[in-house]
Amino acid sequence: MSETKATLLKAPFELSYKYKRSSGPIMSQVFEGLAKKKILGSKSKANKVYAPAAEYDPHTREALTELIEVGPGGIIESWSWVHQPSNHHLIQTPFAFALIKLDGADTAMLHMISDCEKSDLAIGNRVKAVWSETPTESIADIQHFILDI
Amino acid sequence: MSNDQAPKDYRESLIHLEYQYTAGSATTTFLNQVKEGRLVGQACPKCQAVYVPPRGSCPRDGIATTIEVPLTDKGCIESFTVVHIPIPGNPIVPPYVCAMVRLDKANISFLHLIQGVEIDNIRIGMRIQAVWKPKEEWTHSLENIKWFAPIDEPDIDVSTLRFQAS
Ligand SMILES: [Zn+2]
Repeated sequence: MSETKATLLKAPFELSYKYKRSSGPIMSQVFEGLAKKKILGSKSKANKVYAPAAEYDPHTREALTELIEVGPGGIIESWSWVHQPSNHHLIQTPFAFALIKLDGADTAMLHMISDCEKSDLAIGNRVKAVWSETPTESIADIQHFILDI
Repeated sequence: MSNDQAPKDYRESLIHLEYQYTAGSATTTFLNQVKEGRLVGQACPKCQAVYVPPRGSCPRDGIATTIEVPLTDKGCIESFTVVHIPIPGNPIVPPYVCAMVRLDKANISFLHLIQGVEIDNIRIGMRIQAVWKPKEEWTHSLENIKWFAPIDEPDIDVSTLRFQAS
């Protein structure tokens, strides 16, 4: 017996894992900083600043323990426009995912740029963080970035 | 940073994925039969291997399994494991036994529960039969079978179950 396409069985399927994880001694400070509207980066012995913060230097493998404040402004290093956000996105109107090099940092951080038109965006444009008023000690404490021209 | 500073306690890190699962024709046919309390596998027209649950093709020959093969709900334990660690959200209380169930005439096995027997008495080759839920509760799911329970028949030497291409 064969089934036509119209009669194929379908069902919603949800996969959910409720993990708890420790942020560790370094990243805990970073998340606590976000709740206080501070973005912390990691400074290496060679004065290279990683933001987002890292626990180890990806080049020298040294443990990174010194945290310094970076941002809250920065420049767009690259971006990608989301025309139609899905219900999983934190922003429900068209926005951009962007790599943002924060002031004082040598690396770029992935975040979102909102409250702008696609035509407003260009690599090198300045942006600044917009903070959540209900901090949760997570990266979402930065709601998004906006253009700062 | 000072070393005596305690790391922050644990943070929730929820991973949640939503899918729309489409069964495909072989699984749809199989589950429509399961809803009626029947277990129907599919055989490969070339090597004659019987697959249950069928996936619609023979991985050995790469062709569609077009022959329907009605099976009984009897078989044997091909292998099993005793689960001691509780799984969050799983209503079954450990320790319990999951087994690869090999139905008679089938050439593959599927995972199901074993109940109705002391765990220490469960063994490979043991004869078992499905224990079904009440008919009113049957849906398109192998959960229509509550579990498999031992039956009073001599054990099977599972080495004889090895597939021999005909
Ligand atoms: Zn075959």
